[in-house]
This record gives sequence, C-alpha cells and structure tokens, in this order.
Amino acid sequence: MMTTRDKSAVWEILERVCDPEIPVITIADLGVLRDVRIHEDGEVEVIITPTYSGCPAMNMIAVEIRLALKAEGIEKVKITTQLSPAWTTDWFSEEGKKKLKQYGIAPPVDASPHVRQLFGQETGIECPQCGSTHTQLLSQFGSTSCKALYQCQDCKEPFDYFKCHR
Amino acid sequence: METAKNKTDQALFNTVLSLADSTLILSHRLSEWCGHGPIIEQDIAMSNIALDLIGEARNFYDYATKLEGAGKTEDDYAYFRESKEYKNALLCEQLNGDFAHTVVRQFFFDCWHIHFLDALRNSPDENLAAIAEKSYMEVSYHIKWSSEWVIRLGDGTEKSKQKMETALKALWPFSGELLEATEDEKILIAVGILPDFETLKTVWLEQVTTILTRATLEVPTGKNTAQTGGKTGRHSEYLSYLLAEMQSVQRAYPGLKW
Repeated sequence: MMTTRDKSAVWEILERVCDPEIPVITIADLGVLRDVRIHEDGEVEVIITPTYSGCPAMNMIAVEIRLALKAEGIEKVKITTQLSPAWTTDWFSEEGKKKLKQYGIAPPVDASPHVRQLFGQETGIECPQCGSTHTQLLSQFGSTSCKALYQCQDCKEPFDYFKCHR
Repeated sequence: METAKNKTDQALFNTVLSLADSTLILSHRLSEWCGHGPIIEQDIAMSNIALDLIGEARNFYDYATKLEGAGKTEDDYAYFRESKEYKNALLCEQLNGDFAHTVVRQFFFDCWHIHFLDALRNSPDENLAAIAEKSYMEVSYHIKWSSEWVIRLGDGTEKSKQKMETALKALWPFSGELLEATEDEKILIAVGILPDFETLKTVWLEQVTTILTRATLEVPTGKNTAQTGGKTGRHSEYLSYLLAEMQSVQRAYPGLKW
C-alpha cells in the first residue's frame, strides 16, 4: 500500500511511459510530460501537453499514465492538459532524437527559414537507413500529424521524418 | 455594469461556439475525402488537416463548456444541436465538389484562419490566446498546402485552370463572412478580446490577390459577403445533411462511448 511519494519518485515512474505511436520514445523524451504536482490530500496531478491539437494519442497517453501509476499503488490521479506554452519540437530530448533515428524515423532538425514558404522544403534530412542527406520530400503530411514523408534518393527507401514544429 | 458584463460573457460564449463550429464543420467536410483523394498523399494531407481542425474545434468546445458552466461536454455541442443552433460560417459547410472546389474553399478559409489566429495570440483572453498559439503553427502548413494547389491548378493545364475559375466564382460570395463581424463579435472587438476585423480584411485580400495572381487567376468581382448568416444560425440545406450523418450514432445511442 502506497502512501505519499515525492515528485521525483513519481516523475521516475512517468518517465518510463512510452508514446503509443512511437513506442521507443517516452512521453518525457517527447516533451509531452510537463509537470507533476503532489497535492496535500495525496492526489497526484500530471500535467501533459499535446504535440498537435488533434493528436489522437493523447487519450491513450492518459490511460497509460494512470496504468503506470496504478501499478505502483498510486490511484488518486488527475490528468490536466495544458496548452500554453505550446509544444514545439524544441521540447524533444537529445536522447529521444537518437532513439527515433535508430527506430527508422528521421529526427527533427532545425527548420530552414524557407520551410513554410511556398514550395519550400527542408533540405539535408538524413536518411535513417543509409545516412545519405540526398533526400526529397514526398508529402508534408505523413502517417501521423507530426510526421512528413520523405524518400532517400540514394537507397530509394521512403521514410518518416518527424517534422520541425515551432 | 453587471448587464454589460453579462452581455460580453454571452458574446464570448456565442463566438467561441461559432469558432468551434466553423472548424468542426470544415473538418468534417475534409474527412469526407478520406479514401477518395485524387492520390494517396493528398488523401492523407486532407485527413491530416481535418485532424488539426477537429483538435482546434475540441479546444474551443472545451472552453465553451467552461464559459457556459452547465456541466456539458464537447459532445453535447457537437452531437445534440440542430442546424439552426450551429454558428459555422457558410463557407465551411459548402459541398466538397471536385478537388478544385475543396482547394479553393480551403484556401479562402486558410487566408482568414492564419491571420485571425496570428492576431488572436495576443488576446487578453488567456484561453483564446493559448488555443490560437497552438493552432497557428499547424495552420501555417495548411495555408502552404492550399496555396500551392491553387498555384499548381490555376497555372496548370487549360482544364485545371477552367475548374479553378468555376470554383472561385462559386465560392467567392461565401468567402467574406468570416471577416464580417456579427453583433457578438463587434462587442468583443470593442473590448479588445477579438482583433480588429477591418485590418484582417485588408490582409486577407492582399494574400488572396498575391496567390491568385501567381496562379494566373483573376480575383473574382462582386461582393464576397453576398452570402452570410451562418454565424448567426441561418444555414443552407447542406448543413442538415452533414449533421444527420455526423450525429447519427449519438442520436441513435445517446452517450455511447468507444
């Protein structure tokens, strides 16, 4: 039977919760986990922020958080979604970027200024398969809101790019 | 004094619902393309844009539940209101038509959306500012998508140009409603919660003109506010059919959860 836990102990539990869409990275790597507050009555409040407004993974993330805490005996949980400050890919951890690449998704790089200009695209995105930077945008909209679809011009492999968002 | 505050509160509630409705209805229209897009990348693009818009709609509905304070949920607004209670702009409920119609509708909407959100980020209303900040980044990809297609199709083949001209002519009369302030919006503009619409009108027309010129298309003549009323609940028959489909499951099984 658990009693009270301090913030860092709760944070350690939550750090192990993985993103349902990209199971190799955690919600802490992603920057979705914002804060933990332990209230006087023992209630644990977890503050999360969505990556994109319509991200359908948010409900699943809330369920995963509850399950992870329950497994450690923490049942009085409140999950609060906070919009501001808005999430950007700057919240992504360096560790998370490495894990993404190993998984086969090109991690976000600093967007070149012309990325939002008409017909502009990010250049120099590294192919996660062969490492070539000779790659081309196929579609700005990919398998999830946060990804764009690219293709390597050397090994010809299409791949997901976690697009820079800020 | 209290009456003035009540009036502002009511105007805010109505306007937040109107913003939620416009984004939801356009989102639903775009989602109708899912599985029917001209090529798979564009099918996915339209579904992604629909998803961003539904996320924005949910944020506005969520804020509306707090403003109303009647213990309602987002679903109560989306699934259990009749067409006359909906406050979306008429542009959003227009039929998808062919791909040119969908692109032009999106383009007119995006040119309003991006500049409206940009200004709304500075609203003293923290909830509106937070929603705007969040959606602004997403919408910058939407307007890139719709503008690029306007240019490709307008400056494309003879056939694609002709289809774009038809779509522009058909949708132009609906394109100004988003920037035509209702009585509620006027109250909020006066107290600074909403940005000045007159400035937005100028920016909107500049952007539309720039892109259409690049697409070798002409800016339609005539009033772009010929068709208004959606924001105060006067809709075309199209909305009822859309709602009938969107609400059918909740109407048949109220409160059903996934």
